[in-house]
Amino acid sequence: MRSPILGLGARFLLPLFLISSLYILLRGHNAPGGGFIGGLIAALGFAILIFAEGTAAARRALKIEPRNLGGIGLLCALLAGFGAAPSGGAPFQGLWLALPVLPLSTVLLFDIGVYFAVLGGVLTLIFALEEGGDA
Amino acid sequence: MSWIVALPILTPFIGAAACLFLRNRRGSGWISVLTALVSLGLALRLLVTVMENGVIAGQVSAWPAPFGITLVADYLSAAMVLITAIIGLATALWAMAEIGPTSARLGWFVLFQTLLGGVTGAFLTGDLFNLYVWFEVLLISSFGLLAIGGSRKATDGAVKYVTLNLIATAFFLSAAGLTYGATGTLNMADLHRAVAEHPDQGLMTVIAMLFMLAFGMKAAVFPLFFWLPASYHTPHYAVSALFAGLLTKVGVYALIRVFTLIFTHDQGWTHEILLWCACLTMLTGVLGAAAQSDFRKILSFHIVSQIGYMVLGLALMTPLALTGAVFYILHHIIVKANLFLVAGVSRRLTGGSELAQIGGLYRAAPFLALLFLIPAFSLAGFPPLSGFWAKFLLVKASLDAQEWLVAGIALVVGLLTIFSMTKIWAAAFWKPHPGGYEPVLTQLSLRARALMLGPMAALALMTLVIGLMPQPFLSFATRAAGQLLDPAAYIHAVLGDKQ
Repeated sequence: MRSPILGLGARFLLPLFLISSLYILLRGHNAPGGGFIGGLIAALGFAILIFAEGTAAARRALKIEPRNLGGIGLLCALLAGFGAAPSGGAPFQGLWLALPVLPLSTVLLFDIGVYFAVLGGVLTLIFALEEGGDA
Repeated sequence: MSWIVALPILTPFIGAAACLFLRNRRGSGWISVLTALVSLGLALRLLVTVMENGVIAGQVSAWPAPFGITLVADYLSAAMVLITAIIGLATALWAMAEIGPTSARLGWFVLFQTLLGGVTGAFLTGDLFNLYVWFEVLLISSFGLLAIGGSRKATDGAVKYVTLNLIATAFFLSAAGLTYGATGTLNMADLHRAVAEHPDQGLMTVIAMLFMLAFGMKAAVFPLFFWLPASYHTPHYAVSALFAGLLTKVGVYALIRVFTLIFTHDQGWTHEILLWCACLTMLTGVLGAAAQSDFRKILSFHIVSQIGYMVLGLALMTPLALTGAVFYILHHIIVKANLFLVAGVSRRLTGGSELAQIGGLYRAAPFLALLFLIPAFSLAGFPPLSGFWAKFLLVKASLDAQEWLVAGIALVVGLLTIFSMTKIWAAAFWKPHPGGYEPVLTQLSLRARALMLGPMAALALMTLVIGLMPQPFLSFATRAAGQLLDPAAYIHAVLGDKQ
């Protein structure tokens, strides 16, 4: 049964979940949080949309195949892992780009990779379950 | 040094990422094989480096030990990584003939690679919490692999598997938490010192027991083995072979690592319990197998019984016994994975795995019969196959330790193993097929035969080589046992001079 209240709620909740997931992701650099939990929160937002409007609507909102999202995430994380290799660093050693205000680093890239890998992985699972295992 | 240790872990994940983008069966299958080949090369390089330089350690992110995650490779770890790569390559090839398009689309090859990465990570980590993370990676990917079979039976097996393993993981996590609370470190080399120096030795024994429970459940030791026969006979055969070869051995490896490096303060208690568990594991496994009539179920119960031998080697804690345990693990992984692959081909040819409903394989495929005989009799410990030397070492070690009963049990269990293996031989190979038709090998396409029988023949050849030329393997296992009994080199490689 499709509930209009849940459907309307999901449209408001999804952006809220996504924004808070980004906040948790970035906050995780120096405080509790990070890519894993951020990715889970983002996946929750889409899960609510799936329950309210079905998988087709969620796929439209996501715009990208969840498995590709997971692959991109895994690649980002691996890229961060190999980032220090050319300069003779250790695996997963952090490299910082010296910018005055914004401390960009491979550590952040790794966390973003984890974020997408978790989001893609969880959504792949949920889509497979919702669409009867024939994703 | 750190890259040499880290690359064998990272490679499978690169393969997994590539498989995520390629959904078609053939593409991801070949990527899997390619990744497995690269992993094999890296594992060989790691082993050669360890044999030349002794224990090597790498610090992830360049954080110094004991604060960061340390990766360590000693003889045992490097050998386990190599054998993981060998089994990975064999099953990657074999799986190309088994895994259908639906399973591939659902991500079978992705999970296959993450599983191999998880196993390798567990063998190489020098940090207890990181070991926990690898156990989680293993659990998630193995759950997926079990469930992808899709049948009702497979889902039933998967749910049992994941529930019981989650309990084990919860024990592991609480034990790790307690360890950190009591000692302030989770670095294994650092824990060697911290546990020995801790004022409350009773508390250390309690924590040790929690670890024993967690790893014992993972390793399928008596009385915590029941999840294994409930789930190993349901998924794809390539999955069964991979699990049978590698997964329980991760538990055994963790037991060996933790109870030689960290918790050696109260051996009269911990290792005595391990000894009794080992004997009961051997016995229940082999008796359980005798009561079964399904090809894969018999083999599953035999995994349990064989785990007993490995734990026995750890429990006795003498140089010879640990040598036997290391030798046993290496021989067993090859043999057991191969037996499950034989069961897979037998299923394809005869249409079943229930022994009463199959038969006629000897006439259909004498070569397959040979490929069964070698690992089966090696498992039972027939000279001159690899299992004979493994059992010989352990029985000799128990006799040297004057554990007459233990030695007796080990011998009787070997005898009962022959009983089960001849049961399979008589039912699946000798007796004519009860359905009235004669299975023939040409039911399989030429490609399938090459992909399936090729890796199986290679594994059988390894069993023969270990059996006929045991000396280099034996001296390797002796040196691995020496490193386990005297962890000074391990600790120095991790912590340097600042201990």
